[in-house]
Parts: sequence; C-alpha cells; structure tokens
Amino acid sequence: MTQTLNPQAVHPPGAMVRGRSLWDDAARRLMRNRAAVGGMIMLGLLVLAATIGPFLVPFSYDAIHKNDVWAPPLTAGHLLGADALGRDLLARLLVGLRVSLMIGLVATLVSLVIGVSWGAVAGYAGGALDEVMMRIVDVLYSLPFIFFVILLTVTFGSNILLIFVAIGAVEWLTMSRIVRGQTRSLKQKEFIEAARAGGLTQGGIIIRHIIPNLLGPVVVYVTLTIPAVILAESFLSFLGLGVQPPMASLGTLIASGAQEMELAWWLLAFPSLAMVVSLMSFNFIGDGLRDAIDPKDR
Amino acid sequence: MLGFIGRRLLVAIPTLFVVITLAFFMMRAAPGSPFDQDRRLSPEIEANVMAKYGMDRPLAAQYVAYVGGVLHGDFGPSLKYKDKTVLQILGQNYKVSVILGGSAMTLGAVVGVSLGILAALRQNGGVDIGIMGVAVLGVCIPTFVTAPLLVLLFGSTLQWLPNGGWNDGALANLILPVTALALPQVAIISRFTRAGMIEVLSSNYIRTARAKGLPAGSIIIRHALRSALLPLVSYLGPASAGLLTGSLVVEKIFNLPGLGKFFVVSAMQRDYTVVMGMVIFYAALVLVLNLIADLLQAVLDPRVSLS
Repeated sequence: MTQTLNPQAVHPPGAMVRGRSLWDDAARRLMRNRAAVGGMIMLGLLVLAATIGPFLVPFSYDAIHKNDVWAPPLTAGHLLGADALGRDLLARLLVGLRVSLMIGLVATLVSLVIGVSWGAVAGYAGGALDEVMMRIVDVLYSLPFIFFVILLTVTFGSNILLIFVAIGAVEWLTMSRIVRGQTRSLKQKEFIEAARAGGLTQGGIIIRHIIPNLLGPVVVYVTLTIPAVILAESFLSFLGLGVQPPMASLGTLIASGAQEMELAWWLLAFPSLAMVVSLMSFNFIGDGLRDAIDPKDR
Repeated sequence: MLGFIGRRLLVAIPTLFVVITLAFFMMRAAPGSPFDQDRRLSPEIEANVMAKYGMDRPLAAQYVAYVGGVLHGDFGPSLKYKDKTVLQILGQNYKVSVILGGSAMTLGAVVGVSLGILAALRQNGGVDIGIMGVAVLGVCIPTFVTAPLLVLLFGSTLQWLPNGGWNDGALANLILPVTALALPQVAIISRFTRAGMIEVLSSNYIRTARAKGLPAGSIIIRHALRSALLPLVSYLGPASAGLLTGSLVVEKIFNLPGLGKFFVVSAMQRDYTVVMGMVIFYAALVLVLNLIADLLQAVLDPRVSLS
C-alpha cells in the first residue's frame, strides 16, 4: 500500500509520473469496494441474460403448452417450471427482466433529462426564476405521487410508454434538487470566475465546467433511481395497472406467482429472486459509487 | 414558530389546490363513467342520473362547484355506493389503514432504532455486519415479495396465523400485514440510527461523559441517542409516504378493508368523488406529517431555526 501513497518511492528520478485525475481516483476506490464490484458483475450477467437469454430458451414467453400446466422445475424441459397456462417460466422471466430493466433505464433517462435541465437552469439563473421553479418542485414533491400514477394508468390505459413517462416524470424531482444545489455552489467557485474572466461564454462555462462537475452526484443518483423505477413499475404491475399479459415484467410475474404460490412455489420464488438480485446489484453499485465519488468520506 | 407554521400552511394550500385540480381533470379525462354497467342504461335514464349529480353541466362549472364544496367540507356523494357520502366511506375505511400504518411505523421505529444502536456499538464486528446485511436485504426486498412469502410460511405452511382478512383487527390478523409493512422501515431506520450513533459516539461531549465516568447505558440513552435520532425525525415525512404505498400492496395481499384497496377499486370504477376524496385525504395527511416532522426537529435540535 505504501507504493500508492508515495509515488516517488517507486518512480526513479527522471521517470514520468503520470497524474491521477479525480475519475481515476474514484474508479480505483470503486474497484476496491467488494460489494460494488460484485454488484457490477451481477448486473452485467443480468443484462446479458435479458438481452440474449430469450433467444437461447427453446420456448417462447407466450407459447401455451396444455400438457405442461404447473410443471415443476426441471420437468418437461422447463428449467424453472411452467405457469398455469403451461408457459415456460424461464422464458417469461428473461422477457420480464428485459422489460423491467428497460423501463428502469428509459424512465430514469426521462427523469435525468428533465431533472438536470430544470435544476441547472434554476441554479444558474438564481433569483426569482429559481424561486418559482423550486416552489413548483416543492409542490409536486408533496403530491401523493403513487396515486397520480395510478390515476394516469387508469385514465389512459396501461401501455408501456405511459408507464415510462409517468414514472420518469415523477422521479425527476429529487434530481433537479440535487443539480440545483450543486450548480449554485459551483457558480460561486473561483475557477468559474476565472473562466469568466478569461472570456469564456456562458454556454461554454455550463458545458465545460458546470456539467462535468455535476456528473459525480448525478451518476450516483441515476444508479439509485433505476432500482426505484423498477420497483415502482413492479408495484404498478402488482396492482394490475402496469404491463399487461401476455407481456411480462418482474412485477407481473411476482403478482401472478403470489396468487398461485400454494400450488406452484416456483412461480413466486424465481421472479422474486431475480427482482431482489437486480435491486441489490443496483443499490450496491450506487452505494459504492457514492462512497467513491463523494469527497467528504475521503 | 407561529410564523413558520403559517408560512408552511401557505405552501400547503396551493399544494392541495394542485392536487385537487390535477386529480379532478385526470379523473374526468378517463374514458367511461361511473354509471357504466353491464347493461346499458337508456339515454333518458342516463341523462337523468347525470343531471342528478350535476354532471350534465360543463366541466369547468363542475370543477368550480366541486372546489366550492370541498372548501365547505362537502366532498359530495359517492357515485357507486348509493346513499353514502364520500366522508362516510372514508370514515368507515380509514381506521384499518391508520392502525396498519401506525403499528408498522411504531414497530419499525422500535426495532430499527434498537438494531441500529446495537450495530453502532459493535461497529465492524460480527453483529454489525449481520444487522447491516439484513438491513440491505430489507431495503431491496419489496413488500409485495415479503408479504406473500410471510403468508406462505406462517399462514399456509405452518398454519400459525391467518392468511388474511381483518376480523375486527384481531392481533393474530394484524401480525403478518404489520410485519410486512414494517420490514422496509426497520431496514431504513436501523441504517439511519447506526450512521447517526457512530458519528455522535466519536464526538467530544461523549468522550467527556465517558471521562467523567458515567455508566455506558446512561451515556448511550441520555446523551448519544438524542442527537443521533435527529435525522430520523426528518425521515418521518418520506416514511409516511412509503407506508402509504406499502399499504396499497399489503391491503390487497391480506384482503384488508382499508383505504388503499378501496382507492384502486374506486379508480377502476370511475367513482370520481370517492377517488378525489381519498387523494385529498392522503395529500393532507402527508403535508401534516411533514409539518410535524419539521416542528419536532426544531424543538429537538437547537441548531435548526424555523425562520
């Protein structure tokens, strides 16, 4: 360990000492965090399974097999068993995982775009505009959002696109608060003043200096938003308001599994396991990133 | 203090107004009407029914009338349950949800704080790692997974506790739903408490108390806990929101006659007034809890000022 602490000791005089950027530093700390690395490996496997998995399973997620109703795992060629219609659970699980991950990603992107632009504008502009914009966030924040998502899906019917928008539109609030706070404190830093004195334009300052410095907290928050979104979607699906059959998401699989758990435990067990493992991977990565990027804990 | 409460109420009023407006127009934009039945009503009867509830007027007029009613404490009649007003329906169903949420919060706080203290006292020891491992699981396993598993284990397999139903709030019927609802809270609260305790235990005044020879128990309870629990108070608001979403799931799984279950059903049936009443009720509840949390924090923590 002394080697990393004292570069002079390993580098003979005259050799080039390569500087370490903030991001190198963060990556190093992240790699030393076992839970985070485990989470990344797990997540990689899950993403791989969700993308190519469905092509490797010899059953289609919506193909009904009359003879395989409630076939237990490892029978009739169904690795994880089959459901009440004889549909292969593994095939449905992989498709459900794909849908859940996709919803998590897309809805988070929606919230990222809205949240970052809203927060950056409010924080950079300051004054009355900032006041008004953040009051709006305050008001929206205290809405019982889950009721509005329920109302939305009841109103417009449940299609995946709407779920993306509804969840993303709710999750941007925290993001905008984080970004605004960061922007405000960055704005007063000397290096921004120096850039301004050096003649850099406003847009240039935002792109070259503000946004790169926002990246840390935003990345951390994104990795924590994805599991929150997956959870929200599953929650809706559990109430019967999310993804509609024969399509599956982890939430719909758990919901139908819970209804039939006394007849077929595997229908509840495997989707639940997939759900827990994916949420855990994201949370481990998020926590690890926060520890790695947040300079407070150094 | 009064000024603070006043200012917060000034924010609360537009918030409630936005809630009412959004919910009203979203509900009305939904296709279908509360009077849709298996057999179609004849146009004359339908027109009659619509007129009875004032739904033949333009939407804007209905909106104004509704807001006016709410300001007078009149939430209108239910459109699905004849002869019942929204307030009567809320009054019949809120008890289940409040008992569930209240017990879950209490259980979560007691167990969570105790576990958090234990973990902090044995920082990085086996107990700490064990408790925090369980806490991580508790955060990651959603209620709609734990609840069916609890039913499967203690209800169907061991047959110790009933699978569901309310049964006038008998203890046996409460145990499983409250546990399911409290588990995520236990996880979150124990993490909060642990972090707070570790920070406080390394502070100077605790060292002073130790140097003076005070017994360990009194240091923890009288000196450390008070400031370690401060962050928890501000968690009260988000916690109530979490319990709210959790209770939707728990009431469905355990078949409990609470507001959450009622809400989803009413929304599907387009019972406009009942849905509106519930949304307003919950929004007001969350606002009040947030206000209480802020006030408590100011009372407990002299560093926080309300201005």
